[in-house]
Amino acid sequence: MKFGIVVNEGPYTHQASDTAYNFAKAALAGGHDISRVFFYHDGVNVGTRLSIPPQDDRQIQEQWTALAKEHDLDLVICIAAAQRRGLLDENEATRQGKDANNIADGFRISGLGQLIEMGIQADRTVTFGD
Amino acid sequence: MSETVKKFLYVNRKAPYGTIYAQESLEVVLIGAAFDQDVSMAFLDDGVFQLTKGQDTKEIGLKNFSPTFRALGDFEVTKLYVEKESLAERGLTLEDLQNIEYEDEDDDWAEKPSIRLVSRAEMADVMADQDVILSF
Repeated sequence: MKFGIVVNEGPYTHQASDTAYNFAKAALAGGHDISRVFFYHDGVNVGTRLSIPPQDDRQIQEQWTALAKEHDLDLVICIAAAQRRGLLDENEATRQGKDANNIADGFRISGLGQLIEMGIQADRTVTFGD
Repeated sequence: MSETVKKFLYVNRKAPYGTIYAQESLEVVLIGAAFDQDVSMAFLDDGVFQLTKGQDTKEIGLKNFSPTFRALGDFEVTKLYVEKESLAERGLTLEDLQNIEYEDEDDDWAEKPSIRLVSRAEMADVMADQDVILSF
């Protein structure tokens, strides 16, 4: 089975990104494919590399980055939602004249079309949110 | 672009203002329209407030995006399922909602209402009939 995953809520405030991560891990362990993970609404905040949770807490972004590396996952952050919330990759920071970027390894910024395309290509689209 | 046509349902459960879900949901619908899929929208719970007429956001400093719903027909988004019970629970009727129409190309471009009132049970059938459900 090919799964598409949507993450609609931000890390730490909401458990959605944790549940999505655990779902993705379990699906991959069960021999399924993840065609893409799409981060929308506050879910885009999962992709900042500047998050510093307390030492005894999980590092959500690093968990995703490691999973993406291990399984060659496509982690996509919605550009419109990201720009509103101050998430920029290097290209976008340059283009918008901003002095910094904050996208973590393993994530890429792209448009909402990627969400629709994922829905078309995946056998099942699963949304994690409120 | 893929030639597969799937049934997409966008489920709207939240009030238009207070959180960004409704506005960003509409952004997905508008982008998604370019993919030539079979698109429907569902409005239930506080989501029915998204379609009310006479919205005025001046005092809260937010953009009033409700006129966009009337343009959905031009994007071939013509099926807006609104749950009767959700309306009734909030003291609303069809009269409180915007008049949203589309031109039916199979019927000499006659203007037809996009809003379809359905019961909670019928809404379940609408959902069961979909390939992809995105919930906001």
